[in-house]
Amino acid sequence: MKYQVQVEISLKKGMLNPEASTIQRALALLDYEVEDTATVEIVKFTLEAANPDVAREEVVQMCERLLCNPVIHDYQIQMEAAGD
Amino acid sequence: MKVGIIRFPGSNCDRDVFHALHLAGAHPDYVWWNQRDLSQFEAIVIPGGFSYGDYLRAGAIAAITPVIDGIKDIVKEEKPVLGICNGAQILAEVGLVPGVFTLNEKAQFICEWADLKVRTNRTPFTHLYQKNEVIKMPIAHAEGRYYTEYIDELRDQDQIVLGFAGDNPNGSLDAITGVCDLEGRVCAVMPHPERASESILGSDDGLKFFKGILDF
Repeated sequence: MKYQVQVEISLKKGMLNPEASTIQRALALLDYEVEDTATVEIVKFTLEAANPDVAREEVVQMCERLLCNPVIHDYQIQMEAAGD
Repeated sequence: MKVGIIRFPGSNCDRDVFHALHLAGAHPDYVWWNQRDLSQFEAIVIPGGFSYGDYLRAGAIAAITPVIDGIKDIVKEEKPVLGICNGAQILAEVGLVPGVFTLNEKAQFICEWADLKVRTNRTPFTHLYQKNEVIKMPIAHAEGRYYTEYIDELRDQDQIVLGFAGDNPNGSLDAITGVCDLEGRVCAVMPHPERASESILGSDDGLKFFKGILDF
C-alpha cells in the first residue's frame, strides 16, 4: 500500500523564530499589523508500507534520525492512502 | 602527528585548516565523507563551509555520512576532534557535543572579527591559553546562535569552551560560541581559528588551537 505523507516541522513552543520575526516586521512595513507569526517547514513524500501503522512508525524514525533536531523541533505527521 | 581534515561536498575551509595545521607543525591530510576508517589519524578536524548546501539544517545531512562513524571510533579511542563553524554544527547534529547552533537572532549572515573569552582551557585545543584569556578570531555564519536546555549542567561540567567577550552578535545563550563533550576532547567552535593563524591575517590568536593538539 502506498501512502502520501506530509511532515510538518515547527520550532518548539517558546523558541525564538528569527525568520518569523523578520516576516512580521516586513508585513508591518506594508501596514499589515499581525501577531504570533510562525513559520513551519513541510516535507512531502510517498511511502510504500504494509499498513498505516508500519508507515507511521517509519516516518517517526525519519523525523527522529534526520528531518528534525529534537533539541528545537516538534513535528506533526499527516498521512493518507495514495490513490492509484 | 597525522591529523585528518574531513571534506564534504560544500566544505570550503579545508585548505585553510590544512595550512594552519601545517604551520602548527602537524601533518594534515584530507579525508572524504565516505571514508569509514580513520584509524591512521591521531586527531580530526571538521572544517567550515556549507556541507550539502546547508539543506534541511546546517550540518544535518553531513551528520549521517559514513565518516561520522569513523569519528565516533576516534572519540572512543580518546583522540581529539575539533569542529569549526559548519564542523561545529555537524558535531552538534550528531550529538557528540550538547545543544544546537541555529539561526542567528537577527536572521542575518554575520561575518566579522569577534573578541572571545576562553572559558575552559582543559581541552586539547585550548590548553595553551589562559582561562578567561580574551582572543580575537573571525566569525562567519548564519546559523551560530547556541541553544541548549541544559545550561546549568554545561556550566557545572565545564563544557563551555568559548564565549563572546564583548557583544553577543548572534544572540547565543549565555554568549556561548564553543562547547565540548564531557571529557573535553570533542570541541565545537563557531569562530575560525584557522583564519587567525598568522599575523598577516590580522591575528594569530587561533594558532594555539592547532598547536595544542600536538602536545596535549
